[in-house]
Amino acid sequence: MSKLTPVLSAHWDEADSFTIAGYKRNGGYTAVAKALAMQPDEVIQLVKDSGLRGRGGAGFPTGNKWGFIPQGDNKEHYLVVNADESEPGTCKDTPLLMANPHVLIEGIIIGSYAIRANHAFIYIRGEVTHVIRRVQQAITDAYGAGLLGKNILGKGFDLELVLHVGAGAYICGEETALLDSLEGFRGQPRLRPPFPAIAGLYAKPTVVNNVESIASVPAIVNNGVAWFTAMGTEKSKGFTLYSLSGHVNNPGQFEAPLGITLRELLELSGGIRKGHKLKFWTPGGSSTPIFTDQHLDVPLDYEGVSAAGSMLGTKALQIFDETTCVVRAVLRWTEFYKHESCGKCTPCREGTWWLVQVLKDLEAGRGTEADLDKLLDLCDNIMGRSFCALADGAASPIISSLKYFRQEYLDHLAAGGCPFDPMAATLFDSAGVK
Amino acid sequence: MVFTSEQLAVMDSIILRYPRKRSAIMPLLHYVQSIDGYVTNEGIEVIGEKLELATAEVTAVSTFYTQYKSKPVGEYHVGVCTNTLCAVMGGDAIYESIKEHLNIGNDEVTADGKVSVEHIECNAACDYAPVVMVNWEFYDNQTVQSVKDLVDGARTGNPPAPTRGPKTLRTWKQNSAVLAGISDGLANEGLQAGEATLLGLKKSKGGN
Repeated sequence: MSKLTPVLSAHWDEADSFTIAGYKRNGGYTAVAKALAMQPDEVIQLVKDSGLRGRGGAGFPTGNKWGFIPQGDNKEHYLVVNADESEPGTCKDTPLLMANPHVLIEGIIIGSYAIRANHAFIYIRGEVTHVIRRVQQAITDAYGAGLLGKNILGKGFDLELVLHVGAGAYICGEETALLDSLEGFRGQPRLRPPFPAIAGLYAKPTVVNNVESIASVPAIVNNGVAWFTAMGTEKSKGFTLYSLSGHVNNPGQFEAPLGITLRELLELSGGIRKGHKLKFWTPGGSSTPIFTDQHLDVPLDYEGVSAAGSMLGTKALQIFDETTCVVRAVLRWTEFYKHESCGKCTPCREGTWWLVQVLKDLEAGRGTEADLDKLLDLCDNIMGRSFCALADGAASPIISSLKYFRQEYLDHLAAGGCPFDPMAATLFDSAGVK
Repeated sequence: MVFTSEQLAVMDSIILRYPRKRSAIMPLLHYVQSIDGYVTNEGIEVIGEKLELATAEVTAVSTFYTQYKSKPVGEYHVGVCTNTLCAVMGGDAIYESIKEHLNIGNDEVTADGKVSVEHIECNAACDYAPVVMVNWEFYDNQTVQSVKDLVDGARTGNPPAPTRGPKTLRTWKQNSAVLAGISDGLANEGLQAGEATLLGLKKSKGGN
């Protein structure tokens, strides 16, 4: 029996799944009618009761976030959807929006109604042209069907929805940097408090939610709390998208109850590529400490991954086999964090630069064993000392790789260079043709 | 370039999307790129005028984001993902070979103006690694040879279609207009989902 539970992905195999006709044929836009017949507070309570937690990485309860918006304050409220999917390894919202942008729009209408927002935004990364076409078309079609704009479905609720396209900055996935970017500034994180629920977009109460979180709401409204909470584990309820990539026979998207294990996902997907074995993996993107083959049975829910020393993050399972040099992998991630540091906070701006210098030397077999302690010391001085979590993310692969693969760093020093053949890790034959 | 009255009217319509006009700066920069190919001084000036900002403020925003270019790129701008996962699985080999093949460096354009190359960060398609983007359209599961064929096709005006995208690859300027929120009517073209996207669904139905 399959452990998979396709809900968001249930109709992705229909050729017109991204159109309003395709979505409606499969029951789309029935949840919004139900929600608009409820009181906004009832909708918030429903989402709270479902236990839905943010699918963008932090796992904060979505209903609670909605509940923090002050009511009766005579201010505009905003719902902003974070579609700036850029965490290395993360590739779930992008295919979701390509295959079915309407489920997000339906969730946005419901969420905006609940928090009494009449204006919502989707902040999408700028490097996905075709996804942008699909979302823009879906918004146009939703307006045409009376699902956006004035007096939605004749219920007296108004909502304007704007697609805002980013321009290549990982940091804009951090919610306060995203808001600064949406306001027309450089995307740099804000000091908190105040939190966005009090002073968000244009200093007004704002909810920022991940695509998958909002897209999960219509199914909860339609099927109820008991249906949703029957899936998942005690504190991690429901279904979610796991994205399997790397040295596996069949990479792809797998929608399953929270708490499935990598062993189970590998069994479902056909395992590690032939003739090779698992070396290390990320449970939720590059900012989550790496795991090894000791962690195949860790339940992939918020608590399980945390108890094993990492974070569920975005459920981006990047799988690397024994041909991969861990030092090279970590250096490349570190170069990414250095490149994407917005420069606002000194520990991150300067620290990520120094981490790259030390790691480059180590990968080239220069330096000494004392440099490993220097790396850890640098991480210690970077983590928790900036406005946002980017630098914490930068420290994660370094600290965890030193924990599990310290010897491999030393092997680089002993060999005076990298002992791995990078071509062996590729999917190519020596001529570069598959 | 001096902007036409028609183009200035499009800029006004972009500004009207937002409750506060400064929010329009990013789509306006994409729009300038759709006309000039990159963020020109004239583009900075007109955005400053429209939004009542100093040119320094517009430049500060423009230079923060890597998709805004300060000099021309090719008609086909090729981004090779060299973040860890794609790099390991072949992105590094693709990136090195394509620079050599075109005889250009990072962020450089071929002499005919057709192709430019940039190494990019994770583009949210890791289940299709190694990934290459052209004008920010997906080219999935690439090899060294397939990317050589891709750029050769682009240079002769006949690039292959994106893996998950419209039937024909549009130019950098044309796609920049899409990023500015101006529809090209191609949303319905192409696959709804690639094979990797559908894998879990297929397995849940008992498929192999």
